Amino acid sequence: MYNPQLNRHGELAHLLSIEGLPPHLLRKLLDRAADYVAAGERDEKKHTTLAGRAVFNLFFENSTRTRTTFEIAQKRLSADVFSLNISASSTAKGETLLDTIHNLEAMGADMFVVRHAESGAPFLIAKHVRPGVAVVNAGDGRHAHPTQALLDMYTIRHYKGDFHNLTVAIVGDILHSRVARSQIHALTTLGCPQVRVIAPKTLLPRDVQQLGVQVYHDMREGLKDVDVVIMLRLQNERMNGALLPSANEFFKYYGLTEAKLALAKPGAIVMHPGPMNRGVEIASAVADGEQSVILPQVTFGIAVRMAVMATLAETKQ
Amino acid sequence: MKIASNIVIHSGRIVDPVTGFDDVDDLYIVDGKLAGVGEAPAGFHADLRLDAAGLLVLPGLVDLSARLGEPGGEHKKLLQSELAAAVAGGITTLCCPPDTEPALDEPSLVQMLCDRAAAIGLSKVLPLGALTHKLEGRELTEMAELRDAGCIAFSQADAPLADTRVLHRAMQYAATYDLPLRLRPQDVRLAAGGVAHDGEVATRLGLAGIPTIAETIAIATIVILMRDTGARVHLERISSGESVEMVRAAKSYGLPLTCDVSIQHVHLADVDIGYFDSRARLSPPLRSVRDRDAIVHGLQDGTIDAICSDHSPIENDDKLLPFGEAKPGASALELLLPLTLALAEQKHVSLNQAIGLISSAPARILGISSGLFENGSPADITIINPQASWCASPKALRSHGKHTPFSDMELRAKVVYTLVDGVIVYGKESLR
Repeated sequence: MYNPQLNRHGELAHLLSIEGLPPHLLRKLLDRAADYVAAGERDEKKHTTLAGRAVFNLFFENSTRTRTTFEIAQKRLSADVFSLNISASSTAKGETLLDTIHNLEAMGADMFVVRHAESGAPFLIAKHVRPGVAVVNAGDGRHAHPTQALLDMYTIRHYKGDFHNLTVAIVGDILHSRVARSQIHALTTLGCPQVRVIAPKTLLPRDVQQLGVQVYHDMREGLKDVDVVIMLRLQNERMNGALLPSANEFFKYYGLTEAKLALAKPGAIVMHPGPMNRGVEIASAVADGEQSVILPQVTFGIAVRMAVMATLAETKQ
Repeated sequence: MKIASNIVIHSGRIVDPVTGFDDVDDLYIVDGKLAGVGEAPAGFHADLRLDAAGLLVLPGLVDLSARLGEPGGEHKKLLQSELAAAVAGGITTLCCPPDTEPALDEPSLVQMLCDRAAAIGLSKVLPLGALTHKLEGRELTEMAELRDAGCIAFSQADAPLADTRVLHRAMQYAATYDLPLRLRPQDVRLAAGGVAHDGEVATRLGLAGIPTIAETIAIATIVILMRDTGARVHLERISSGESVEMVRAAKSYGLPLTCDVSIQHVHLADVDIGYFDSRARLSPPLRSVRDRDAIVHGLQDGTIDAICSDHSPIENDDKLLPFGEAKPGASALELLLPLTLALAEQKHVSLNQAIGLISSAPARILGISSGLFENGSPADITIINPQASWCASPKALRSHGKHTPFSDMELRAKVVYTLVDGVIVYGKESLR
C-alpha cells in the first residue's frame, strides 16, 4: 500500500504518523534535531529555513504545550506563523474541515500543523491539499502524535545512547492514547527489543500485542529491569465510563511511586508527555525526582519540531 | 400505465437458480407474465424480439435493503435517481428501510411512498415499516395497518432496540399477525461510540471499536425471544464469523430464522479502511479477514440466505470527513450484481447459487413470486452481458450517491436490459 506521507522518492512530504516511516528517516529527523540543540547551545537560535513561508497552526482541539512549542519552533525557523483557534470560528458556523483548509490555501498557506479530535483527520487534509503544501499531525484522536513520539525518542537517545539494548515500559491509559501508539511504532522501528505496556484490561485496546508489545497488568512485574518508564496522562472522565473505579485505586496499582521505580534498572529515566496529574499517575516525588526527564522532554520538543518542519520545507514535490 | 406486450427473448442463456435450468433458449412473455421457455405459447405473436445471444437471462434481482432517500429527499428527486440506479443494476424489486425523514411509521407515509414509486414505475418498492414510533424504541407502530398500507415487514433499520422488553413485546405483537420482522442485531450500548471493528486495525488507527459481541449478544437475545414468542425474524446484515455460527446453530434447532449480508461484507474487511478511507465506513463495520472468510463459507453452505446491497446514497459533505465523522454507508445498487457474480468467478459458489442469492432466495424470504422463473409469474427479468467490464466511478453511477469502497476496482458484468412486468425499464429499447 502506498504511504501518503512519502513522495515518490521516498522523502517525507507530510508527517502524519510514525507507522510506516523507515528507520533511516526517523534517525535523520533526530540527527537534525540534535544539530538544532547544538546550535542553540552556541546561542544560534534563529534560522532562516522557513523565511517567507506561511505556516498555519490549526488546533481543532485545545493544547497549550504542543501548540506553544510548535510556535516557538516556527519562529526560530523564521516562518510567518498564524495560529487559529478553529473550534471558536469557522466550524462553529458550519464550514466543513476541507472548506477551511481550501480557504487557508487560497490565502497562501505552505504548511498546516493540525490537531484534531478525530483519528485520521490529518490524513484527510493531506489527501486534499495542493501539491507542495505539507501537513504535520500535532495529534489526532487516539491515533497518532508523531512529533511527541519523536521528541520522546530524542530524549531516550540523549540519555541512553541507543535503542538496541533497551527495555521500555509505557504505563497507563493506552486505549485512549495517541502518544502511546506513536511511541510504540517509533520504538519498534528504531530497534528497541522490548516494549512493554502496563495497564488494567479496560485501558488496553484489543489485540494491542499485534503492535509488537508485551502486555503486563501487574506494574511491579512490568517495571522490573526497565531502562525507560513512560507514564501516560489519565483523563478524569475515564472514571465515568466504568473503565476505572477511582483515581485512588488507579494510583495504588498503576501510579509511579519511588518504591515502584526502584524495581526498574538503576538509572532508569522517567518520562511523561504532559500535562501530568500528580497523585493520579505519578507521585510528585518521582515527577520532580532525579530520574525524571520530563522537563528536558519539553525543551527537546522545540528542536524536534524544528527538524520536522525544516525537513518538510526542503522536500521536493 | 403499463405497456404490456408479447415479447420473445431470443437465444439467451437462461439461468434459473430454483430449478437449476441453465441453457440457451427462447423465453416468452405474454401480458407482462412469463409464458414459457423453448416453445412459444399457443397463438403467440411477438410484438418485440430481444436478441439475447451471448447474454445471460436471469430472474429479476431482489434487493432486501436499499435506501431510496424518500421521504426526506424529495427536493433532490432521490426516489427517481435511486430507482433508476436499481434497474440499471438489474434490480426489479427492492425493500427500503424505514429510517427516512420522517420514519415510515404511519400508513399514509407508506401509501405515499408506494404511490410515488409506482408513478415512477421502475423497480418495485416494498417498504419496511418502522417497528416503533419514530424508530425511538418506545411505542409500537400500528403494524397491522402498516401492512395493509403496503409494508412487507417491520424493522428498526439502524436503530436497534435498546430495551429488551420493548423488543419482546414487539415480537409478541408481530407474531399475533404473523408479521415478519427484520432485525439488525446490535447491542446499542456495546456498540455506542464505535466506528470500526474492534480489532487490530482499529487499535492501530486509534478508531473507537464496535466489538463482535455487540452483534452476537443481540443475536442470542433475538434467538431466545423467537423461541418464546414464535415470531418470524430475518436478521439483517450480519457481519461476523461468530454470528454465522450462531445462525447455523439456531437453524439447526428448526427456528424460522433467516439472514443476509451486505455485498460489501462479502468482499471487504477492516484492512480495506487503509489510511482512514471513509468509503469503507459502513454499518455494521467491516470486520476481520477471518470474519469475511466465514461469511463466504456461510453463503456456500446456505447458513446465510441472501446478499443485499445495503445501498445508501450519501452526499459528498457527509462522506468527505474524518473517518469517524463520515456517515456510514455506500452506494451499491449498481454493484450488487457484478460483485455477487464475482463470487462465482472466484469459484466460491456456482453461478446458479450466486444468482439465487440475489433473486430467488430474497424473493422466498419476502414471500413474493418476483425473482422466480415460473409460468404466470410477473415477467421481472434481468438480461446481462457477463463479460462487459466497467468501473464504478462517480460518473458511471446513476445513483445520487457516488461513494463506494469499490470505486477503484474493475467490475465484470453489465446489465443490458431490465424488464419489470414485461416492460423494458432499462436498456436501449427502454419504453419509458
